[in-house]
Amino acid sequence: MAVAGVVVAVTKAVCQKLGGILGTVMALLLLLPTLSHASVLPANRGDVMHHSYQGGGVSIDGPAVMLRHNVGQQWSVSGFHYVDTVSGASIDVVATASAYSETRRESRLGADYLIGNSILSMNYAQSDENDYNAKSASVGVAHDTFGGLTTLSMEAGVGNDDVGRNGDSNFAEQVRRYNYKFGVTQIISTRWIAALNAQVDLEEGFLNNPYRSVRYRDAQSSRGFNYHAEIYPRTRNTSAIAVINKYHLPYRAAISLNLRYYQDSWDIQAQDAELEYVHPLDERFTLDARLRFYQQGAAEFYRDLFDYAKQFNFMARDKELSEFRNVTLGLGASYKLPSWSFWPSAKPELNLQWDHIRFDYANFRDVTVHRNLGNSPDAPSIGVGAEPLYQLDVNVIRAFFSVYF
Amino acid sequence: MQTTSMRYWRNKSSLMSSSRCLLLMTLLATTQLTGCATIEPWVKPYEREKLADPIMAFGRHPVAIQHQAHVRDSREAAKGANGSGGGGCGCN
Amino acid sequence: MMMQRGSFWLAFAASTLLYVATPTLAAPLAAATSPVAPDFTLKARDGSNLRLAEQQGSIVVLNFWASWCGPCRQEMPLLDTMAAEYAELGVQVWGVNVEAENDEAKTFLQQVPVSFPIMFDTTNQLAKTYAVEAMPTTVIIDKNGKVRAIHRGYQPGYEKKYADDINALLAE
Repeated sequence: MAVAGVVVAVTKAVCQKLGGILGTVMALLLLLPTLSHASVLPANRGDVMHHSYQGGGVSIDGPAVMLRHNVGQQWSVSGFHYVDTVSGASIDVVATASAYSETRRESRLGADYLIGNSILSMNYAQSDENDYNAKSASVGVAHDTFGGLTTLSMEAGVGNDDVGRNGDSNFAEQVRRYNYKFGVTQIISTRWIAALNAQVDLEEGFLNNPYRSVRYRDAQSSRGFNYHAEIYPRTRNTSAIAVINKYHLPYRAAISLNLRYYQDSWDIQAQDAELEYVHPLDERFTLDARLRFYQQGAAEFYRDLFDYAKQFNFMARDKELSEFRNVTLGLGASYKLPSWSFWPSAKPELNLQWDHIRFDYANFRDVTVHRNLGNSPDAPSIGVGAEPLYQLDVNVIRAFFSVYF
Repeated sequence: MQTTSMRYWRNKSSLMSSSRCLLLMTLLATTQLTGCATIEPWVKPYEREKLADPIMAFGRHPVAIQHQAHVRDSREAAKGANGSGGGGCGCN
Repeated sequence: MMMQRGSFWLAFAASTLLYVATPTLAAPLAAATSPVAPDFTLKARDGSNLRLAEQQGSIVVLNFWASWCGPCRQEMPLLDTMAAEYAELGVQVWGVNVEAENDEAKTFLQQVPVSFPIMFDTTNQLAKTYAVEAMPTTVIIDKNGKVRAIHRGYQPGYEKKYADDINALLAE
């Protein structure tokens, strides 16, 4: 009786203190059987990559380096450095400004600590460009339970961005971000593993782009429309839930099906579905292919063309917030190189990946048609708001050399 | 201007109600104490050969996945829910 | 509506600390209360049949392993060293491979040769009998055929634990 009383009291305290879902998660962790079973740290690995993004008038290239090394029996440290060199101009920029070139550098440091059935992780990331600096840190825990069939993981992170504007030294804004992730990985059969991931992001601050504008009808203007700066809410709360499935086929190949649903406080809803197939041809060659469908609805305050200036409290014309869908087709190949005599335990590998993405926008229009037509009297004039819907074809290439050791 | 999702976020606290949590925890505690929740793991550690195959790993190439996620996040509004742990050989 | 961040961190720390003290290994069991190791017969690589009950008078170290298991592969050369060291003292090391298709195992054994007998438990009958709960699992059986220690998993340093168990059993 006393035991029951204690259990009830503890349960109540946990629930009230921790609030609902989190408390339930803790309870689950406490009550699942835990066999004497420990996890394994990720393997040592080094990668050097060249990445390239081409599409929509924009070219983004650069190197990336990643290294992971186990230190002792319980620690694994990792580092990642990435550079984006952006040149050209996307359609948002072309409409209102001119092409530019910019470099963004990103670095990440992480440490994982293995203890019993759990791995504790800590990560720090920093991203710098001449007008934007982002810093973030996160901690997480992944716990193997139920004979190693179930892995529960949680992560919490916080980030701070400093937003500047080129040519305006008085401009200094901030963004504060919090993110919370929860995941369950479950082995369903000897060939099938599935995962359920959920994430909630809370953002507040200057969430828009200081260079981007919205378009509104303007009878006074020669082209029939004009621009002013976009106005965004100061908060954004997002949530996403995804299901990932991996299945090992009767012959040596694996197939994955991933589904995700997203929704946020700006009224954007998005869904995506991805199918991936990995097929080792022999001991050295592995091929993979993937197909992904994505669609999203527009933000509540998005419009390609507003009726007049300052029409609403919040206004956006960022195509990333418009209604659109995209299809990705990706192909990849890996080749295991013969071992090196100077380092026999290392396993070198060459990898190449290519993604082709096609975007179809439902309510974002290509205003460059006006400029392209020039002043030729024979050229048909396009009505304001009747410009063709924008379409975008992107090619992404990743070429990387990996060493497992 | 109030929208559906803005109202959803206001009422989110109801999803996290502590009374719902209390009920769930009591149920779990009861089943554990009465011993009817003991399900044995149905895949034994020595049966994990296919799951331990590197082609079945979540995130075979982390450096490529970082870049892929970066490309998607910069062109799409949706983000998140893409990390995974677990699986593999389950050794130790 | 913002989450109570303070409570979240408290919960996080609490659940983390809760699992720091997870027990991992079984300590050597006392002779009087130890269970008898289930008898079995399996064919070794050289074709000879090996039966556990016929090893009365010797200490048997039974190691369940698979080529897809990293820690198992790490352990193999160390088991080989231990087998050679203790062979004259009446200690036998037997490796039991649990893979249903053993091509990968045979390839591994060509790269990392061992001198002790390897048996192939392709039907997993033996693994089930011994209730293998982790990969690898090392079972230490005394001269009277009783299970005296079960080591689940492998981390560098475990080979010392096996040696300690064997030394204790040899002293009996």
